[in-house]
Amino acid sequence: MTPLGYARPRDVADALDRAAAPGAMFIGGGTNLVDLMKLGVETPAALVDVGRLGLDRIEELAGGGLRIGAAVRNSRLAADARVRQRYPVLAEALVNGASGQLRNMATVGGNLLQRTRCAYFQDTSADCNKRVPGSGCSARAGDHRNLAILGGSPACIATHPSDMAVAMVALDAVVNVRTPAGTSRTDVRELHRLPGSTPHIETVLAAGSLIESVDLPAPVEARSTYRKVRDRASFAFAVASVAAIVQLDDRRVRDVRIALGAVAPRPWRASAAEDVIRGESPSTALFESAIAAELADAEPLRGNAYKVPLLRNLVVRVLCELCGVDPPVRSLA
Amino acid sequence: MTSLDSALEVDAERLTDADGTLLRVDGPDKVTGRAVYAAEHHFADQAYAVPVTSTIAKGMIMAIDVADAEVVAGVLTIISADHAPVLPEGDDGELRLFQSHEVAYRGQIVAAVVATSLEAAVEAAGLVRIRYDEAPADVLLRTDHPRLYAPEHVNPDFATDTTVGDVEAQLAQADVVVDATYTTPGEHNNPMEPHATIAVWDAGRLTLYDSVQGSQRARRAVAAALGIDPDDVRVVYQFVGGGFGSKGSSRPQAIVAALAAREVDRPVVCVVSRAQMFTMTGYRTPTIQRVQLGATADGRLTATAHDVWEQTSTIAEFAEQTAVATRHMYAAPGRRTTHRLVALDVPTPAWMRAPGECPGMFALESAMDELATACAIDPVELRIINEPDLDPETGTPFGDRRLVQCLRDGARRFSWAERRGRGPQRDGAWLSGVGVASSVYPARAQTSAARATAYPDGRWLVEIDAADIGTGSRTALLGYAAECLAVSADRVELRIADSALPAAMIAGGSMGAASWTWAIGKACAELQQRLDRSDGSIPALGIAVEVSTKDEVAALPDVSRFSFGAQFVEVRVNTDTGETRVPHMLGVFSAGRILNPVMARSQLIGGMTMGLSMALMEEAILDVELGYVVNHDLAQYHIATHADVPSIEVHVLDGGRSDLGRAGAQGVGEVGIVGAAAAVANAVHHATGIRVRDLPIRLDRLLPC
Repeated sequence: MTPLGYARPRDVADALDRAAAPGAMFIGGGTNLVDLMKLGVETPAALVDVGRLGLDRIEELAGGGLRIGAAVRNSRLAADARVRQRYPVLAEALVNGASGQLRNMATVGGNLLQRTRCAYFQDTSADCNKRVPGSGCSARAGDHRNLAILGGSPACIATHPSDMAVAMVALDAVVNVRTPAGTSRTDVRELHRLPGSTPHIETVLAAGSLIESVDLPAPVEARSTYRKVRDRASFAFAVASVAAIVQLDDRRVRDVRIALGAVAPRPWRASAAEDVIRGESPSTALFESAIAAELADAEPLRGNAYKVPLLRNLVVRVLCELCGVDPPVRSLA
Repeated sequence: MTSLDSALEVDAERLTDADGTLLRVDGPDKVTGRAVYAAEHHFADQAYAVPVTSTIAKGMIMAIDVADAEVVAGVLTIISADHAPVLPEGDDGELRLFQSHEVAYRGQIVAAVVATSLEAAVEAAGLVRIRYDEAPADVLLRTDHPRLYAPEHVNPDFATDTTVGDVEAQLAQADVVVDATYTTPGEHNNPMEPHATIAVWDAGRLTLYDSVQGSQRARRAVAAALGIDPDDVRVVYQFVGGGFGSKGSSRPQAIVAALAAREVDRPVVCVVSRAQMFTMTGYRTPTIQRVQLGATADGRLTATAHDVWEQTSTIAEFAEQTAVATRHMYAAPGRRTTHRLVALDVPTPAWMRAPGECPGMFALESAMDELATACAIDPVELRIINEPDLDPETGTPFGDRRLVQCLRDGARRFSWAERRGRGPQRDGAWLSGVGVASSVYPARAQTSAARATAYPDGRWLVEIDAADIGTGSRTALLGYAAECLAVSADRVELRIADSALPAAMIAGGSMGAASWTWAIGKACAELQQRLDRSDGSIPALGIAVEVSTKDEVAALPDVSRFSFGAQFVEVRVNTDTGETRVPHMLGVFSAGRILNPVMARSQLIGGMTMGLSMALMEEAILDVELGYVVNHDLAQYHIATHADVPSIEVHVLDGGRSDLGRAGAQGVGEVGIVGAAAAVANAVHHATGIRVRDLPIRLDRLLPC
C-alpha cells in the first residue's frame, strides 16, 4: 500500500519545513482535499496539518480592522460578533456556503485555496488541463452550465466556487503569506491567477507558501449585502453570486465595491462596473450600464449563456436595494 | 377524513402516538446503530471485492494488465474476462459479469480485485490497466433514432401500443387541441445505503447478506446468473437503507461477491460506491413524450394520444410503461398510447419509484393543465368533467376510484378556487402561483405465504419473507398481526426479511402492504380456527399454521384497482434569477385502508418530496462525447434539501377499503410521487406564464436569454 505521511506541527517554521518535502500538501479542514484524494485527483505523499499552528485566532488590527487566522473555522468566523457587526457581507457569504457540518470543519485558508468543482476536474477519466496540463478540456464541448463566462481561456473555464472569498474581495482583504524566505502580503483579489495557458497554476503563491492570516481593512460606513443564486435552497454551490458594498453620499455613490462569484476562475472584482457607478447618482439605468460594461468582455458558451442575464438582473437588483432605488419589475414570459 | 399530520404526538414509553398507532419498532435500533445493515455484518476472515469499471462507453478490451495490481500486499485474486468462471447465458446482461471483452457502457464492471483489506483492494483496483479499442458510442435518446423499435410489451406485461376509437379523426374534429412534447431526464435512485452484499459459501450453498427489496427474486436471479439451484441460495436482508426500486432486482455487486467468495473460499463483501450507483444500480430512463389532447369547447376530452420514446441498453431490455397510466385516467372516445425503445450504449434503466406512472403523468397532467388554459376552465373542474364511469381502456368497473373526492377535498383545504382565481401574486422580485395535478398508482397484490404460531405462554410468532426497506413495514405488519390475533403488539414477534421464511412478494410496485397483510391475515385467522377447534392446550413447540394466498389472488374479480390522489402546490419564482421555490404542497390521497398512519404519512411525504426534487433538480447530465453521466455524485446531482421542503401537508380519504385481502390495504410508497412534478410545473405556469415542458425546471429554463 502507498504510505501517506501525516504531520501536525506546532509552529509555522516546522510546517514550512515539512511542506518542502516532495509531494507534501497542507491540510486545513480537509473538506475539499480529502474528497479529491478519494477521487484520485490529488495524491499527496504527506499531509501537513495546519490546525495546531496557533492560526485559529481573530485579532484586532490597529485602526479597527481584523486579522483572521487561516485556521479559523468558517462557522466561527460567521458567528464572530465583530465580523457580524463590522463586515456583515462576510458573515452573510459564509453562512450561504456549504452546510453546517462543512462550515464547522472548513478553514479560512482552505476556503481560499479550495479547488474548482468542475465535474471534469474531479473525474480522472476525463480530460482536464488543470488536472493534467495539456490533456485538453472536456468541459468546453461537454457540460459547462456552471462554468465561467468571465476570465476564462481556451484551456480552462473553471470557476472558483467560494462564497467567502467573494466577500473578502469586495472588502479589499489582504492575505499574509509565510515562506521560508519570509513574509509577504497579497490582496485577495490578486491571489488567484487567471488560467491562460497554465490553468494548473492557480495562485500567485510560490510552492510551499502558507497563508497565515487574512487582514480585513477597517470597516467603512456603508450598506452591503451578499446575494447567492443556486439550484436549490441550501447546500449547493452558487451559479452566480454578488457581494456589494455601497457608500452613499448625499444622493451620489461615493464609493462602490462589487465582487462576483461563480462566474470566473477567481472571485471577480467588477472594477469596470464600479468605475461607471462611482460618483454618479444611483439609478436603474446607471446600474444597467455598469453591469453591461462589466459583461462587455464576457465569453459565454452555449450552456452558460444564461449567466449573462442572470448576473445583470442580480447586480441591478442588489444595487437598487442598497441604494434605495426602485428595482425594475421584470417578467419572465 | 384523517389528517395524518395529527399523528405525531409520541407516547415514548409505549412507542405509540396519541392515537395508539404503533411507532417504528426498529427506530431505536436504527438511530443507535444497533440495526445491522448488509455490509455491517462481519466475518473474521472476510475479504473485500472492489470493481474496476470501464472508462469507455463502447468497444473491446484488448488487454488487461494486472501485473502492478496483483503484487499489492493483500490481493487474493483479480477476476476479469481473462480470468473468470464461465457463467450461463441469461436474460440479465448486467449480471453476466466477466464473460466477454466487449464494453457495453461506460462504468460497466470489467474486473474486480479481491483483497484482505478494503484499502488494498481499492489501491489494486486503481492499478489494473486496461487497454481498449474504443468505438464511437451512441448514448443520446432521440425520436428520429434509426434503431427505435416497439418492444414486445412494456413492464411488466402491458401492451406496448393500444388504440381505442379513431384518434386522428377525433383530433381533426376537436374544438380545442393541445399538442405538446415533454421530456424527463435520466433520474437516479440514490438510497442512503448503497447496494452492498456479503457472500458466504458453505458446502455449495450460498448465503447473501444483501441490500434488496425482496429475497425471492434475488435468489432466483443470483442462482440463474451463477448456474446453481435457487434452493441453494439464502438471502438475508434484515435492514435496508432505502431502495426506491433500485434494489428490486439483484445488482452486479452480489455476483461479484458470490464469484469472489467462491474463488477465495472465504466470505467476501462488495459495496457499491456512490459514484458507481450512477452506473451499476439502475436509473429511470429519460423520456420524450408527445401528448395530444382533443376536446370540445366545454372541456370534454374527445381524444387522448400519448406517444413515448425511451431507452434501454444493449445488454438487457427494460421497457418503462410510461403511457400506461393514460389508459385509465380520463374518459374520451379516442385514445392511443405507444412506446418506442432504442438500445443505446448506456447502463440498463431499471425501476425507480412509480416507474411508468411517474414520468408519464408528468406529461399527461401538464397537458391537462394546458388544455384547461386553452378551454378557460379551472384545472380541477376539467379533471372532474372528464371523470370516467368505467375504466376507459378496459370497460371494467373501478374498485375504489375516488379521484374526484381527492380533488374536491384538496381544493377546499388549499382554498384552491380563491387562490387560483386571484392570479399570480407579486412580492418584490417574486411571483407566486398555484398548480394542481392528479396522482394515480395501481393497487395490486401478489401471492404470498405466511406462518403464524401460537405458544402456550401467550406469545405469538408471525413469519413472512416481507421486506422493510425503511418504509416502516416491520411496524405496520406487526400492528396488523396483533390486530388479527386480538392481542397487544408486545405479545407478537414478527420475523421478516429472510428467504428462509415463507415466500412473499417483494417491496415493490406498492404491492407489499396488500400482499403481506393478506397472507398474515389468513394465517392468523386459520391459526385462530385451529385453536378454536382444539382442546385449548398448546404444546411447548407451539401450534403453527402456514398459508398461501395463491388461490385468493387468482380468484380476484376483474376490477380496475388504483390508488388516487390530488396534489396542490404553491410556487414562488424569482423574476430576476429564475429561481423556483415551493413553500407549500398539499396532497389528498385515496389508498384503501391506511394500516399505520405514521408510516403512511412518511411514505406520502417522501413521495411528494421526491416529486419536488424531480420537478426542480434531479437530472442526469449526459456528456455525449464521453458517453456518461457527468454529475455522478450527490454534490452535483441535486435532490431536495430540508430547506427546499418547508411545508408538505398530507391527508387520506377515510373509509377506504380495497378487496385485496382482509386488511383492505393498499401500498402508499409510490402514489405520492406521481403528479407532483406536474403540479409544480403547472404552478410555475400560473405564476409566470411560462410552460416548462422539459424537466427539471432549472432557473436557466425560465430566464429569457
